[in-house]
Amino acid sequence: MLQVSLYRYNPETDDSPFMQDFSVDTRGRDLMVLDVLELIKAEHDGSVTYRRSCREGVCGSDGLNMNGKNGLACITPLSETVKGEKLVIRPLPGLPVIRDLVVDMSLFYAQYEKVQPYLQNPTPAPAIERLQTPEERARLDGLYECILCACCSTSCPSFWWNPDRFVGPAGLLQAYRFLADSRDTATEDRLAKLDDPFSVFRCHGIQNCVNVCPKGLNPTKAIGHIRTMLLNRAT
Amino acid sequence: MVTSVTSFSRTGLSDWLIQRVTSLVLLAYFVLIAFQLTGSVDYTSWRALFDQTWMKVFTLMAALSLVAHAWIGLWSVFTDYLTERMLGPVGNVIRLVCQLGASLSLVGYMIWIIVIVWS
Repeated sequence: MLQVSLYRYNPETDDSPFMQDFSVDTRGRDLMVLDVLELIKAEHDGSVTYRRSCREGVCGSDGLNMNGKNGLACITPLSETVKGEKLVIRPLPGLPVIRDLVVDMSLFYAQYEKVQPYLQNPTPAPAIERLQTPEERARLDGLYECILCACCSTSCPSFWWNPDRFVGPAGLLQAYRFLADSRDTATEDRLAKLDDPFSVFRCHGIQNCVNVCPKGLNPTKAIGHIRTMLLNRAT
Repeated sequence: MVTSVTSFSRTGLSDWLIQRVTSLVLLAYFVLIAFQLTGSVDYTSWRALFDQTWMKVFTLMAALSLVAHAWIGLWSVFTDYLTERMLGPVGNVIRLVCQLGASLSLVGYMIWIIVIVWS
C-alpha cells in the first residue's frame, strides 16, 4: 500500500491548510503520480482538487511538488519519486493556493506577459512567410518547447521572494526565445526593459529550474545569454 | 514594494559587473596576503610591506572593492528577505534600518582602514 500525504485546503471551510493521509492500493504497478491522484479522487475522496488535462506532459496543467521536487504528475512515475512507500504531494511552492493542489498562477502569467512573448517586427510581412536559415531556426531549439507549467519558476527562491519583480526562469527563457529569434526586431527595447536589478539579475544561477524542468530545458543558460547580450549592448 | 533606489548603481548590469570585478580585486589581494603569510612574518616585515605605496594603494583598492561588493550582496539579501511580503507592513522600515546600519558599518570600516594604512 502506498501511503500518500496530500496537501488539503478549502478556504471556504478550512481555517488553515492541513495534510491528509490516504492508503492507496497500486496493485504493484508503477503508476504515474496523476494516476494515484485519480485513484484517490475516485475511491477515497471526490473533493480532492487538482488541475489536469492532457495527462501526457504536453499541456503543463498538473505541475505539483512531489516528495519535495516540482514536476508534472502525469509523467512522473512512482518509481522515480517514491522512497519507502511514502508520497507527499503539495501544490507548487510560492504561489497562493486557491484550493488543495490548485494555485493562483496570476503572478507567473504577469511575468510572462511582461517579456512580450510574441514576435515583434514592424516591417511589412512578406507574401508567404519570414524566412530563417536552418542555423537561425536551430537557435530556438531548447527555448520554444516550454509549456509554461511553472515547475521552474516555483522552484526558484528568487521568484519566491520577489515574484512581482523577478521575471523568473520561465519568463526569462521566453524572453531569450524572442531575443534569439532572427525575425524579431525589438531586441533593443526588450533588453532595455530587462536591465534593472531585479528582472534578470536576481538569478544567482543555482539551477533549481534546470533540475526540475520536465521538458529538460535550461533556463539558467538562457539567462546567461541574456546577461551577455546586456553586457554587449552596454559596452 | 521593493524598489531599486538603494541599489549600488541602480542598474542590474552595473551591479553585476561591479560585483565580479571587485571579486577579482579581492581574490588578487587575498592571494597576495596568503602568499606573504606563507613566509615568516614578524612585525617588522609586515610593517615594511604596508609602508610601501603600492601596498597602500592596493589595500585601499581592496577595501573599496570589499565595500562595493558587500553592499551589492547585502542589498540583494535585504531585498529578498526584509520585505513587506515576508514581514508584513513593517518590512520596508526594517529593511531601511538594516540598510542604514550596513551602510554606516561599511563606511566606518572604510574610514578605519584608511586611518590604519595611511597614518
